[in-house]
Amino acid sequence: MSADVIAPPPPENPTEDWLREERIPHIWCPGCGIGTSVNCFTQALEESKLDRDNVVIVSGIGCTGRVAGYLKLDSFHTTHGRPIPFATGLKLANPKLKVIVYSGDGDLFAIGGNHFFHAARRNVDMTVICVNNMTYGMTGGQVTPTTPIGAKATTSPFGNIEEPFNLPFIAHSCGAVYVARWTSFHVRQLTKAIRDAIAKPGFTFVEVISPCPTLFSRRNRLGDGLDAMKFYKAHSEIRNGADTREVAISHQSKIICGKFVDITRTTWHDAQAAHLHRVMGNRFVPPRNWEHLIKSDPMEDLVAETIRDSSGDGS
Amino acid sequence: MSTAGLLTGPQFMDGDHACAEGAIAAGCRFSAGYPITPSTEVVERLAARFPEVGGVFIQMEDELAASITIQGAVWAGAKAITVTSGPGFSLMMEHLGLAAMTETPCVFVDVQRAGPSTGLPTLPAQGDMMQARFGSHGDYQIIALCPDSPQDCLDQTIRAFNLSERFRVPVLLMMDECVGHMIERVVIPEPGTCEITPRRMTALPQGAEYLPYATKDCCDMVPDMTEAGRGHTPHITGLTHDERGYPAMNTDAQRDLMLRLRDKILKFEPEIRDVRLDQVDGADVVVVCYGITSRVAIPAIETARAKGLKVGWLRLVTAWPFPEPVIRDLAARVKAFVVPEINLGQMVLEVERCAAGRARTIHVPHAGGAVHDPNDILRAIEEAAR
Ligand SMILES: Cc1ncc(C[n+]2csc(CCOP(=O)(O)OP(=O)(O)O)c2C)c(N)n1
Ligand code: SF4
Ligand SMILES: [Mg+2]
Repeated sequence: MSADVIAPPPPENPTEDWLREERIPHIWCPGCGIGTSVNCFTQALEESKLDRDNVVIVSGIGCTGRVAGYLKLDSFHTTHGRPIPFATGLKLANPKLKVIVYSGDGDLFAIGGNHFFHAARRNVDMTVICVNNMTYGMTGGQVTPTTPIGAKATTSPFGNIEEPFNLPFIAHSCGAVYVARWTSFHVRQLTKAIRDAIAKPGFTFVEVISPCPTLFSRRNRLGDGLDAMKFYKAHSEIRNGADTREVAISHQSKIICGKFVDITRTTWHDAQAAHLHRVMGNRFVPPRNWEHLIKSDPMEDLVAETIRDSSGDGS
Repeated sequence: MSTAGLLTGPQFMDGDHACAEGAIAAGCRFSAGYPITPSTEVVERLAARFPEVGGVFIQMEDELAASITIQGAVWAGAKAITVTSGPGFSLMMEHLGLAAMTETPCVFVDVQRAGPSTGLPTLPAQGDMMQARFGSHGDYQIIALCPDSPQDCLDQTIRAFNLSERFRVPVLLMMDECVGHMIERVVIPEPGTCEITPRRMTALPQGAEYLPYATKDCCDMVPDMTEAGRGHTPHITGLTHDERGYPAMNTDAQRDLMLRLRDKILKFEPEIRDVRLDQVDGADVVVVCYGITSRVAIPAIETARAKGLKVGWLRLVTAWPFPEPVIRDLAARVKAFVVPEINLGQMVLEVERCAAGRARTIHVPHAGGAVHDPNDILRAIEEAAR
């Protein structure tokens, strides 16, 4: 090798710019899927070309709940189960913010389930990313509302007998306008799903099936993180537009992935601004940063208000 | 802030409505709530009034949600309020702690009714005073104010916002069913005529490096705030944190934070203090009271004075932090304190603690559901003067 060959610069990790480098190393275990999902998320942000200052991330409590703390964004680590109402407050008080909730299955669907249902029903404009590892990682591997029947957890040591939630079906039936599921093996598709969900106005939901090798996999003798990837590769079936009633997950069986729902519904802000403008006329004083939501012609408001019903099919 | 839709001048309204107007006058433009008697009229009025003044109201799915939704709104730059009563107040406790820990300025209103549990939903009590102070887990400080009339509901709501911004702390407005539902004359101040404390916003430009919990010096222990969207990328967590807002899982960080959260309030107790006094100089007996009970005590005190007893009246407008120096000072000069309250013994414990045996403390309990019979207070005064 000749001396004048200059070494190429070290490859830049495009996600680095989005992380609080001073907080690395992170707390996640080797083989955990949360970090992979964060890679996809930062890649999606990079590709989205959003005004970065307006992107806000909100997490609850759990291993996934730590995501907010690693991102170089306005980031809020709230209480267990309540990131969605916190995010609702952020968005309602400043609709210019791009609000993303990133949390675990237990956080969003056990203790926080009620908030998920209502935020989806209201169609508050936010994206919810749920890392579903089918267990409470942070507290040591207890059973959650998504633990499959037969799987073991520290609080179901003889195997779970309760029917797990089918998260895409819940999101769909509560009113989410975009619903997708991918595993942490599907990094390309997951990145695109997150990008699409963030770009779409309204309540959008992305489920990330993800291994917890330390607790869930070990207790159920499913091997390490790599084994989980092999399993996802072998047992995932991509079915875009699948009927969400039919995408429930059983223990160590097929995982149906894809984009299941992509519809249009008036968001909470659009409906509220249009409605108040129409019924109150000039007496309605738009809140701060709502000006762009007010149409000059109240008839337009009427139209905006009445296209609440879904248009588009489930694809 | 625009003055469109503002209501000013003399009105006739109940304490709940006055509280709502006080919030508007204080510059609050965000509220999340969940209906519960006897506080519902506050959120009903906010729901009707906010669209006229550029505010946002949302009825949430429960009080856990309402009490954290307002905190999201605060970090988006709004002044925000949530309103409830007993059972809802219990649900809000985790988020009271979150607001104290993250130093999120906001106002919680509890229109007290008789408890525990569902209790007497439509009838008064003052049974949440200790819960206000200690209801969330861990060590923390809050400020609690007790209005005694509809006008005072308005005035104290404004002060609650001002104190919450000054100290970056949740402030609790501890109303009771009586002041909430009683209708009296209320004068709403013209904009610009009452003092409004602005948020302590950092002066840093967009995108500048910002430390969310850095304090300037040892005297001013309250850090400057920011809001989402300014490129300051704060990390805000309920975990024990350092001045960057980053989790710091060690005893030193815990001690530093706990002491600062305590001292930023307790060292400023004289500034926060609002006690109203009548004829306490030279008194043998001082009636210590708050909320509706401070009005119910007046006929008892007047009768006692007519009988020649030297009786003073001390109304706690600020219940927390407790005005310790005032009670300590009086304890050296009076024979006894009489403490009527609609509970079986809460603020009386503080009076007793501060009196430290130097003056007797006589409690006049009431189990809730009504105000005291002034004769019960009178009898306690007579016993105290003996
Ligand atoms: C009110 C409350 N209850 C319980 C806990 C304890 N806790 C912390 S994290 C957690 C479970 C997290 O599970 P999940 O949301 O699935 O996240 P994961 O760790 O699996 O990513 C629990 C129960 C808590 N912090 N707060
Ligand atoms: S415990 Fe499980 S979920 Fe938590 S970091 Fe480790 S592998 Fe991931
Ligand atoms: Mg989990």
